[in-house]
Amino acid sequence: MFQVVVAGRNIFKIYGLEEEGFVERLNLRVGRKPSLNFSCADVMWHQMDENLLATAATNGAVVTWNLARSCRNKQEQLFTEHKRTVNKVCFHPTEVNMLLSGSQDGFMKCFDLRKKESVSTFSGQSESVRDVQFSIKDYFTFAASFENGNVQLWDIRRPDRYERMFTAHTGPVFCCDWHPEDSTFHMHKVLHRGWLATGGRDKMVKVWDMSTNRVKEIYCVQTIASVARVKWRPERRYHLATCSMMVDHNIYVWDVRRPFIPFATFEEHKDVTTGIVWRNQHDPYYLLSGSKDSTLYQHMFKDASRPVDRANPEGLCFGLFGDLAFAAKESLMTAPQSVGDVGRKTYPGGDRRYPIFFFKKPDVTEQFAQVSSALSVFESEAGSSVGMDWFINTAKSYLLSGKPFAELCEHNAQVAKKLNRPQESTTWTMLRIMFSEPANPSLSTNHNLNKSGNLPLVNSFSMKEMSAALNERNKENRQDNLHSLETNLNNNDENEETEGSEGQAEYLFGDAELDDDDLYSMEHDNQAAEEPEYLLPQEAFPLRHEIMDHPSAPEPVQEKPESPHVSGSETESTCLTPMESINLISVSQLLFSPHLPPKFFCPIVKEMLCYYAEQGDVQMAVSVLIVLGDRIRKEIDELTQEHWYMSYIDLLQRFELWNVSNEVIKLSTCGAIMCLNQASTTLHINCSNCKRPMSNKGWICDRCHQCASVCAVCHHVVKGLFVWCQGCSHGGHLEHVMEWLKQSKHCPAGCGHLCEYT
Amino acid sequence: MIICTKNMDYRFGTQCQFVQNQVMVNSEKDRASLLCMKALANRGRLDSVSQQMASHPQYLESFLRTQHYILYMDGPLPLHYRHYIAIMAAARHHCRYLVSLHSAQFLRVDGDPLWLQGLEAAPPRLRHLDHINKVLAHQPWLTARSHIQALLKTGEQCWSLAELVQAVVLLAHCHSLCSFVFGSGSDSDSIPTPRVHHGTPPGYCLCDAANGNTALLPPPAGPTEKAPRRRSLDSSCEVAYLREQIQKSQEEIKERKADRLHSQTLSHADVEEEDEAMFSADPSRFVTDPEFGYQEFARREEDHFQVFRVQDYSWEDHGFSLVNRLYSDIGHLLDERFRNVASLPFPHSPDLKRAIWNYIHCIYGIRYDDYDYGEVNRLLERGLKLYIKAVACYPDSSKTPLCPLSWAHIKASEKVHVNLLVMEARLQAELLYALRAITQYMIA
Repeated sequence: MFQVVVAGRNIFKIYGLEEEGFVERLNLRVGRKPSLNFSCADVMWHQMDENLLATAATNGAVVTWNLARSCRNKQEQLFTEHKRTVNKVCFHPTEVNMLLSGSQDGFMKCFDLRKKESVSTFSGQSESVRDVQFSIKDYFTFAASFENGNVQLWDIRRPDRYERMFTAHTGPVFCCDWHPEDSTFHMHKVLHRGWLATGGRDKMVKVWDMSTNRVKEIYCVQTIASVARVKWRPERRYHLATCSMMVDHNIYVWDVRRPFIPFATFEEHKDVTTGIVWRNQHDPYYLLSGSKDSTLYQHMFKDASRPVDRANPEGLCFGLFGDLAFAAKESLMTAPQSVGDVGRKTYPGGDRRYPIFFFKKPDVTEQFAQVSSALSVFESEAGSSVGMDWFINTAKSYLLSGKPFAELCEHNAQVAKKLNRPQESTTWTMLRIMFSEPANPSLSTNHNLNKSGNLPLVNSFSMKEMSAALNERNKENRQDNLHSLETNLNNNDENEETEGSEGQAEYLFGDAELDDDDLYSMEHDNQAAEEPEYLLPQEAFPLRHEIMDHPSAPEPVQEKPESPHVSGSETESTCLTPMESINLISVSQLLFSPHLPPKFFCPIVKEMLCYYAEQGDVQMAVSVLIVLGDRIRKEIDELTQEHWYMSYIDLLQRFELWNVSNEVIKLSTCGAIMCLNQASTTLHINCSNCKRPMSNKGWICDRCHQCASVCAVCHHVVKGLFVWCQGCSHGGHLEHVMEWLKQSKHCPAGCGHLCEYT
Repeated sequence: MIICTKNMDYRFGTQCQFVQNQVMVNSEKDRASLLCMKALANRGRLDSVSQQMASHPQYLESFLRTQHYILYMDGPLPLHYRHYIAIMAAARHHCRYLVSLHSAQFLRVDGDPLWLQGLEAAPPRLRHLDHINKVLAHQPWLTARSHIQALLKTGEQCWSLAELVQAVVLLAHCHSLCSFVFGSGSDSDSIPTPRVHHGTPPGYCLCDAANGNTALLPPPAGPTEKAPRRRSLDSSCEVAYLREQIQKSQEEIKERKADRLHSQTLSHADVEEEDEAMFSADPSRFVTDPEFGYQEFARREEDHFQVFRVQDYSWEDHGFSLVNRLYSDIGHLLDERFRNVASLPFPHSPDLKRAIWNYIHCIYGIRYDDYDYGEVNRLLERGLKLYIKAVACYPDSSKTPLCPLSWAHIKASEKVHVNLLVMEARLQAELLYALRAITQYMIA
């Protein structure tokens, strides 16, 4: 036979728990206009006397109620000693007449119910008291938690001074609860006081071991909202229930050893839960809760949802050197090894040889789903530095700006070719042809016609076949990646050596194309000299002062043909299966209308970029995007561009290619990307007066209270460009120092140093 | 113009004398001056509000930190929005001082000068905020879930929850700041006088503080010397930037032939002059429904507004968690402000302080279960009550005559303290109402 009391601002009722639900037994809120004494912040039923109740009223009163009274008003005693709201009342677990209260005014009072007044008053001297709890085992001890984050331990016999104090949380500690050490627990450990759980506004539940001399935090559970109530689960040593005061309406039961995922969740309430209590001190299966949504629930533990069942016990991670670690349920991992499992190593759970792998012994008391995972690591073969070399090399050697468009394309095509990436190389070449200004294409196409006559001027391939070919190549490369790369390099070296004399012999694509290339280069050279059609890259943000390097002026392109064009590795040429059927670029069209506007190609290029990005080669997509600049930018929506940029920059930074990533950021045209350069631009400086680090923001040193960077000429704080002499370390505004040193050789600060400004 | 001492005597404005006259512990004074110096060095100006607060350096520090955070640091709203919202909030109380201050800063962060023509020129998203601004400023107890819902209703002009929370914090901050400005009489010197050159008051020069050079420099020879000096103060970038901005705005205005602004701008063609004067415009153009004002919160029968019980929704338990969740870190900053103002040493009993605080909340319909409101009448004289009510509810110098402080037998030095209490209590009251409405919205 259970009864439950529900108390709040407008309710004070006792319900009985019947088979069919809650049945109202008694309404304690009597009188036509109930006083604020009935407005309860807390209520507690005496553990030993079933007729005795105590409430904490919001107006500061502590009230006891005796259900055995015959009249309607069951109020027994009224203590109005607190000046502010009483947040908590607590009966002594074994002493019948002892009641403790904690109030907003910072005091705790102990009442003997046989007397009219409090027996003793405890002053926490640290703001409001949020919770008080008698220790279950230690007769004389109680714990109090405070709004400023402290928890104090008091001896009921010594009201003058707390026995112990520690800071448990940042911000208020809303609740605390002593561990209800059951009998089995005692057998394990003989504890003096046992554990105390505290919950705070900082969204944490902490469990403290109070038995040692120094209070020690032994468990910590991070929740998603401030913790309003915490209650240990009966008969379960490591379980506790929490609810929140704001935002989160659920009740969680945690296993403190598994702090990352709740053991069980009750999700019935529609507003915040204001109180929780276990139905019986020895029954772990029933939990009662009240909520601001005006409902009272009795939860059965078997109805709780178990978040762990929905959790995903699989994990996957890439190592620094291309290794891949993969953990999954053991049952899944017993499947026969597939063909592709090269270099797979398995680490059985609990293997002592690999101490980095923490292995948790199954604990029978822990009712958590025991997940035992097998870990597999796919190691990349030693020596072959996986497939990402091309990425690094490409990133380093691609040119993205600073030269005429055609040259950039040409250069990048060569880079790609050198790195054994014919598809990319061809793409660059195609781009060059498509987007070269119409001033010369007419000429050049004519040339092409004259020279070659046949269509495949440019080696064009259908994407499908190409990728198939690539895949093939990749497969080969996996095996002898390093080898082929080395040969490539060797070949290149040879090329360079022999370049002057018989470089042409190395060309793969036949005479016609060679000429074609040459002509193109020359054409562009001329054109570049006449009308600089390419624009300097736009600066990313409004310049405050000139600090950017200007892209170097275009160099004369004469050097161009000298650069080694081709790596003559055999593997490559096998990949380059020329295409007969459909040309991506229909050169025939070019033939008839040589002035086709570059815009015509935009859809194709767009498609091509998307293709690359989807293939995972975001490098190509971004590089082309940058090199083409305004020619293509408007065709592709901002978000996609931003996405590509982000991925590429992320990749670059993972490979520690900081310079390249910075260049990409600078050259990008997306707003979101450009601001990346403006993030974390902190510069740590020392104060010029006291030579110690400036700890805070601003222009004034905290230690010597003087302005740190003062211009030696005008004596004002320098907020922009600061220039200083490395000899005497005096300096100031750039313009001022420049001006000054025009007139004088000496340091403007008057230190006598002969400064130089170059 | 180049006179100053290390201890920073405030040589400008009348309030400064008053600050000087305060008896301050030496270390306190140092701390205050350091703070002021920092503010000055950072922003190139020290507003009279900060000067007033300097008598409570600890509080000033947390105030400046909060203000800086909501106006300039991480947050979902773009900078010019923030200043525009501040303008809207200040305009509700006709606080010329804050309106012109934020107008200038609005332009400085690249705001569209057209918006300053009035509320109707602003984008509809900001105009939607007008209603909650109005309600919060005068009768915050009217704030309801429906207001929040209307603003968050998905559509082209909708607000996100995070944005709305920042906006609400901004509004509450500015409304309450209006009270302080009004109470301290700072509004009277709102029109920037020529003494402010690039925001640096004359008689103060950073160099001396910086160099530890306490000797007084010779007074300026004449106006000829002034010009280059002035230019050099603002390091290279800012002036140029400002100039560019103003030119840009001029061009735009010319194009659009907005006559009123046109003439104004031309008269200030000299961009070396303060741009603040340019838009120290009549706050009333940012206001709709000017008749809407404070009404007695009384438990009238016809509209039974429930009394707001702090025990049911308090800053510490509820407000903090919500605001900190939706606008990270602001909870801690505001919490620090409330704590600081609560811990300020008050010459009279703490009871008086609590009476003032609870009285202000009571004016706004917020009640404490554990307080005997008879105490308010016992402790607060009629004069003081009138003063508090004027500052809290009618901080509008265009309508209310300047505060009759003489009614209250309270020392001038304590006035700042009372003003701070009014400001913080009002801030908390508005926040509580707004956040409660947001909570209700989230539950529904």
